[in-house]
Amino acid sequence: MNGARDAVLAGIRRALHRGEANAAAEAMCRQRLERHARSTVPGGGLLARTAAVERFVERATELAATVEPLATLDAIPAALAAWLDRQGMAPAVRVAPALAGLDWSRAPGLTVRTGPAGATDTASLVPALAGVAETGTLMLISDAGTPTTLNFLPDAHVVVLHADSIVGCYEDTWDLLRSRRRGQPEAWPLLPRSVIFVSGPSRTADIEQIIVLGAHGPRRLHILLLEGGPLPPAENAEDGHCPADPTAVEAGGGDGG
Amino acid sequence: MIGSSHDFAANARRALGDRRLQEVLTKVHGFEIKRARAVARLPEFETLREEARDLKDHVLDNLDTYLLRFEERVIAAGGQVHWCRTAEEARQTILLLCRAAGAQTMVKGKSMVAEEIGLNDFLAAHGVTPVETDLGEYIIQQRGEPPSHIIVPAVHLDRHDVEETFRARHLALPAERTLGEPSRLVDEARQILRERFLTAEVGLTGANFLIAETGSTVIVTNEGNGDLCQTLPRVHIVLAGIEKVVPTLEDAALILRLLARSATGQEFSTYTTVSTGPRRDEDADGPDVFHVVLLDNGRSDLLGSEFRDILRCIRCGACLNHCPIYFCVGGHAYGSVYPGPMGSVLTPALVGLAEAHHLPQASTLCGRCECVCPMKIPLPRLLRTWREHAFNEGATPWRTRLALRGWAWLARHPRLYRLATEFGITVLGRLGRRRGRFGWLPGAHGWTAGRDMPAPEGLTFHALWRQRLKHQREQDLERRAHEQGRYRNASRDRTRPRTRPGPGVGEPGPGVGEGVGVRPGIEPETGPGKGPGTDPGPGMGMGTEKRPSLGPGKPDQGGQP
Repeated sequence: MNGARDAVLAGIRRALHRGEANAAAEAMCRQRLERHARSTVPGGGLLARTAAVERFVERATELAATVEPLATLDAIPAALAAWLDRQGMAPAVRVAPALAGLDWSRAPGLTVRTGPAGATDTASLVPALAGVAETGTLMLISDAGTPTTLNFLPDAHVVVLHADSIVGCYEDTWDLLRSRRRGQPEAWPLLPRSVIFVSGPSRTADIEQIIVLGAHGPRRLHILLLEGGPLPPAENAEDGHCPADPTAVEAGGGDGG
Repeated sequence: MIGSSHDFAANARRALGDRRLQEVLTKVHGFEIKRARAVARLPEFETLREEARDLKDHVLDNLDTYLLRFEERVIAAGGQVHWCRTAEEARQTILLLCRAAGAQTMVKGKSMVAEEIGLNDFLAAHGVTPVETDLGEYIIQQRGEPPSHIIVPAVHLDRHDVEETFRARHLALPAERTLGEPSRLVDEARQILRERFLTAEVGLTGANFLIAETGSTVIVTNEGNGDLCQTLPRVHIVLAGIEKVVPTLEDAALILRLLARSATGQEFSTYTTVSTGPRRDEDADGPDVFHVVLLDNGRSDLLGSEFRDILRCIRCGACLNHCPIYFCVGGHAYGSVYPGPMGSVLTPALVGLAEAHHLPQASTLCGRCECVCPMKIPLPRLLRTWREHAFNEGATPWRTRLALRGWAWLARHPRLYRLATEFGITVLGRLGRRRGRFGWLPGAHGWTAGRDMPAPEGLTFHALWRQRLKHQREQDLERRAHEQGRYRNASRDRTRPRTRPGPGVGEPGPGVGEGVGVRPGIEPETGPGKGPGTDPGPGMGMGTEKRPSLGPGKPDQGGQP
């Protein structure tokens, strides 16, 4: 196959009327690769904290995701059980290992398994690394604690997102990923195996351009939006905060096309 | 029907007579509306188009450098890269990879490049069962048809067609089940394909981008099928054209902002997934093996040709969705893997002009495709260039050639030309005086079948032009005399601009001539935004008084219909 490789490269260079790229051109490309310069970022991707969270919720809801504000991590098990019940779904969930440490005794009737998703799992619970305000998009990665299959096999995709990790635009998430890699050995791949951007539940419009949710992936996307600070879980979540923002809880009927 | 581009005329006639197809095709207009809405919501859209065009041009100038960096990073992440010159090399490579994996079944995400190399038939003939998993692709695979659109492969079918297909193919399911609604059809396909995802040994996807910086491949889907293809099977093969590489993740973000909006009018597709290498030791799922098959198949030749701009194409389908010809005949009539305007530019390069010389003709050159192309590809110009090639290479039919030659000869003999047109105008003018139009003309029934030809009512273009020049000269003389007189008489008015307050001086539109503002016949050849059938035949003397108004408003080139 080396012959083919050389031939393709030779063909490209012939078309460009040159031999191998000269040092100046190579240096220019190398610089471009290292600078990570951004193109124009639309106004919707440049919002500050509160506005960004608002936009995220608004756009995600438009895409037929549902958003439920929660005060703390500890509130997740009960909220999840209640949501499954409201959806008329079986009280069972496949939980990302990263969230296995939650106090699941708070949701007594719920069957909780951890690990990658299997064919029979109906609901999953996964933490998102970030949310992108620009388009109401979640960013999830594959990792020991967050298997990818959780995002695609079960019918219901429940995602935990910290309001603090909502960024403006896609470019912000690239920076986030690069910062995670810092300090790792040189040979370490630059990205996790899978970086997944999710905007609403799975859909298709392949028949008569009529939108049907749940084509191959999840039929429902439910986002548990943690208002409070990030980890670790608080000692006592029972008392205190009541999730405010009633608009955010409303189910989105809109179809993004 | 693939490979029947030489039969375009017959295919198109058949499509036009197919009432059911005509009805389904009206739904394509939905994409236009959705796209317009999405574009209106993003004020930066035009800026992004320009940046994306420049980005892709930069990549093409340095294609070898970025591909090499991409390859290096794929290998560093534990994957492998296979370079293929031709469709045959790519098919063989993929077959070898399947055999090495002991694969009996391959689940496939939607890939136009896989269609381009005819992968399914080849694999099936060599003992590997390819299973399309994108709903549209699955439907047409069950019907043994090629896609009729690059992003909505089954756009030529309605729910009844799909129901019929599923009933005929899914024999294991109870015959009395209800299937009428799209949601039921989607569910049934989901059920059947789920099983396939879980058992296939190999998953193949295309790529919307290859990222040089990280060695990643990116796919954009709505259904989630692509992700299941690249996550569940043990082997993940990515098949992509060499032009798909971009330098950085930031560069991918730029094009991603244009892609979904242009394609389906979504702001972002449901799933955008960046895959880098195989699963890591600590990962709980994902493929053990990651292969990227890089395909040239004529792309490097295009790079060095006057068709290079088509390599910026991101396969969004906007040009199909806005093409009046595509609306009329649908995708299959083109007889090629890639239909519509981008297909009519790409196909002659892939299969040769002898087969595909009709396709560049399958355009009114109305310019809408260029207006909506997110990568600003000058599609009409490229189509015209293919027409020239076809003529020069003798691929154009002899009657057309003869007519063109005759016209060219006449046009090079101005006196004869003038004589002939004056004669023609006079005769036609007399003949058509009573009705003011012709419903039939000898040798032009193809043209008059769909519309009337307005009868000329006076002078030829040349005569009009002469008249105008004369008129202008007289005016100029008059004005000069007038101004000279005034200059002598009074100096108080010296600051007054010399130009008459005509239609906006400095306006970009043609016809900014002093005062008069109208130059007959400089009407742009194509007026996007104009309704069909309103183009005045140039020089047909539509009445000397009623010159076409060429006000400051330029035809909409803004890409926002």
